[in-house]
Amino acid sequence: MDTSKSKLPPIGQLGPFIALFIACAFFAITTDHFFSGGNLSLILQQVMVVGVIAIGQTLIILTAGIDLSCGMVMALGSIVMTKLVADMGVPVPIAVLAGIGVTALFGLLNGLLVTRIKLPPFIVTLGTFNIAFAITQLYSGAQTVTELPDSMTWLGNTFALGSAQVSYGVVLMIALYLGAWFWLRETGAGRHVYAVGNNPEATRLVGIPTERVLLGVYVLAGVFYGIASLLAVARTGVGDPNAGQTENLDAITAVVLGGTSLFGGRGVILGSLAGAVVVGVLRNGLTLMGVSSVYQVLVTGILVILAVTVDQLSRKASR
Amino acid sequence: MTRFPAAPTAARLAALAAALAASAFAAQAADEPVIGLITKTETNPFFVKMKEGAAEAAKAKGAKLLTGAGKTDGDNAGQVTAMENMIAGGAKTILITPSDSKAILPAIKKARDKGVMVIALDSPTDPADGTDALFATDNYKAGVLIGQYAKAALGAKPAKIVMLDLFPGHPVGAQRHNGFLKGFGLPAPDAKTNELGKDAAIVCMADSFGDRAKGQTAMENCLQKAPDVTVVYTINEPAAAGAYNALKKAGKEKGVVIVSVDGGCEGVANVGKGVITATSQQYPLKMAAMGVEAGVDYAKTGKKVSGYTDTGVTLIAANAVAGVESKDVKTGTELCWGKK
Amino acid sequence: MATQPLVMQAKGLVKRYGQVTALDGADFELRAGEILAVIGDNGAGKSSLIKALSGATIPDEGEIQLDGRTIRFKNPMDARRAGIECCYQDLAVAPAMTITENLFLGREMRRDGFLGNVLRMLDKKKMLETAVARMADLKVGIRSMTQAVETLSGGQRQCVAVARAAAFAEHVVILDEPTAALGVKEGNMVLELIRRVRDKGLPVILISHNMPHVFEIADRIHVARLGKRAAILNPKKISMSDTVAVMTGAMPPEQIPAECLA
Repeated sequence: MDTSKSKLPPIGQLGPFIALFIACAFFAITTDHFFSGGNLSLILQQVMVVGVIAIGQTLIILTAGIDLSCGMVMALGSIVMTKLVADMGVPVPIAVLAGIGVTALFGLLNGLLVTRIKLPPFIVTLGTFNIAFAITQLYSGAQTVTELPDSMTWLGNTFALGSAQVSYGVVLMIALYLGAWFWLRETGAGRHVYAVGNNPEATRLVGIPTERVLLGVYVLAGVFYGIASLLAVARTGVGDPNAGQTENLDAITAVVLGGTSLFGGRGVILGSLAGAVVVGVLRNGLTLMGVSSVYQVLVTGILVILAVTVDQLSRKASR
Repeated sequence: MTRFPAAPTAARLAALAAALAASAFAAQAADEPVIGLITKTETNPFFVKMKEGAAEAAKAKGAKLLTGAGKTDGDNAGQVTAMENMIAGGAKTILITPSDSKAILPAIKKARDKGVMVIALDSPTDPADGTDALFATDNYKAGVLIGQYAKAALGAKPAKIVMLDLFPGHPVGAQRHNGFLKGFGLPAPDAKTNELGKDAAIVCMADSFGDRAKGQTAMENCLQKAPDVTVVYTINEPAAAGAYNALKKAGKEKGVVIVSVDGGCEGVANVGKGVITATSQQYPLKMAAMGVEAGVDYAKTGKKVSGYTDTGVTLIAANAVAGVESKDVKTGTELCWGKK
Repeated sequence: MATQPLVMQAKGLVKRYGQVTALDGADFELRAGEILAVIGDNGAGKSSLIKALSGATIPDEGEIQLDGRTIRFKNPMDARRAGIECCYQDLAVAPAMTITENLFLGREMRRDGFLGNVLRMLDKKKMLETAVARMADLKVGIRSMTQAVETLSGGQRQCVAVARAAAFAEHVVILDEPTAALGVKEGNMVLELIRRVRDKGLPVILISHNMPHVFEIADRIHVARLGKRAAILNPKKISMSDTVAVMTGAMPPEQIPAECLA
């Protein structure tokens, strides 16, 4: 019997990396400033917030769910953290944990509504998206929170790596991606996430606690949104109540570009990182070329369609 | 048998209800002018201030104010619904900051056909005569003022300008952008176009979407292309704050002139802190108050306002420069909108 | 023929769903080393019977015994722990995952030591080897255990599902319509596999509407009717049409000739 090891990953999984490579090659050729250590590490910094949000979003999409509230919950997290420090003098580590606690709680809320009340994730997160936004605006009084201590924005600082200035937040993002990748690939709990997304009835029948897996995924995603809140604070230096408004779709775009199927059960999480970086590369490269941002939106849209099409075709071909 | 004793009670109740309805009708008919204010969103401090101003003016003049808004910037349908509800609720004047300058026109026309006076606040419809009148900042002038200031503040240094705009096609974005170019002394398109003017002195143009984080990203990208930037034009104060952050990270924040438009209290505070060099302050409160006055007038005399009324713009700067009139941060703070 | 010992037995099972009585005092017997087909018209109570035996429902009255001991299953997990494995009609496989992963779904093996206990890493190599061995044991002819289940044909998928049940069952294997929607060749492939499962010593309960298949592999046939057991028939002695008659009630149990009973 043939016990061949897993072959090269299918084109659907390599797609985002190929797209990233092509985009980088294109801009390296057409502009002077794109291909430098400094510029490339800058792009990573610019995508680190969406990048970490996309980890949570990937987990949820793998279970055939979706989370429209991610950006708003992230904004709420940053406001909670920063206001605790700025208004009440809470020590930074505790404030950060409190912020992550709040975002995890929203994850729990989403998860409970999906698993206990059995509402579709789209509807649930549409509701919590509005609730999170309202709470953020009310709690912050629509005021930006400034005058934060350096220890809070430390993740935004950089260290030199050759000609590049790498930010600690980017290192954290990459570490989180590698951790999530390991968990999804090598542990039973991670494989169960795929199984639940692929066939929830089957997982129920074989005795996997499907509800618990789903709940866990939503809460875990909430934790990642909380970490993204801290990264947002580190990057901009403030708690901004108006942040996160486009991050919902940005994160979903990154996940789709990364090759994860919206129907659940399929996808490699590292693809989401590539997806997030591709968007950053487009934005950066087109600005350097002096091209209007409208084209960035156009190219992103085309890439999304391509990504979904490639995924569909590669699945059909494997039959 | 038991039904009959109830009849007198029922009759008494009916009479009471009729009397109440009549008195309510009478109160309504005592002609408290009903004015509707529809903003783009509920939460942007600019519109919060507008609502406050309108509420105060309404109270002072004995008018009834209905308020509503879209859910997000660009939510046209939400504004249309609000307008329909307000007119059904008796509003004879509608004040609106249109989210979509074209899409709102059919709803406005319907309202005007019913005899409702519609005044645009802060930004015009497209075309501007879609409404009876417009009370707004002269956004072009706002741009001109900061352009003049930037030129003067720059002095002898070479002009390497980075422009952080809103997003393509937005009339306010275009007016401020082109006004800036004009004030700076560069060839600029006039106030009527939605196209963004270009010039050799502009080393980078990027879209900030009026957002702090996106403004920072846009500035970072432009710095890669043009590390020797000397002037940064920004569409509004959050974008300016983001741009300052990017410059600070690159160690370049000193010696770069950053100008902006808005005059919100946070922005003025940033001028005081040296984050923004100068900003054009606009007056949402005034727009709203004028709008309420016009509404009350219309209800009392049947006379409509028309045309464009400039609600004023003032340059606020920490340091005055020769040849350009500006007010200091203290004055700016007194006049600012938002939470002080 | 020497009577084999009873592996599983049920007496007087009653199950009501509101006004409907699905099981009305049903009896059941499964002997070691046999394939017992359970047949019955719709509403005869065969699915309720199977659900009671596999722990998916709890009967209102009655008693179930496994290997002589009375058992009470509260959920399917209890039944699995007791060594009863079910292969469901909709297969319960995750199509995008590999055959190995599906085989071990819910019972994954972890590595030893730190990697397994702390990092909770799966022992993919061991699972693959075990999968290969079990499938070879049952002579299932699929080339690679690492291909996704969705790349298999319908019959191969059924074989994987049946093999999974057989690989982990210790006492009883229950198969629900295993040859439904399969063509002739694929259906025969599955039947062959079921025979091999029985030959390895596991008794099989087979629910099926497919009379020819039932007659091909069943050792005995349990006929369910009106929530009870109508009869146990010997497929070697009774004809297919008479069996259908018993099933529909056209032939009442008293009329069945003695040699057709099993």
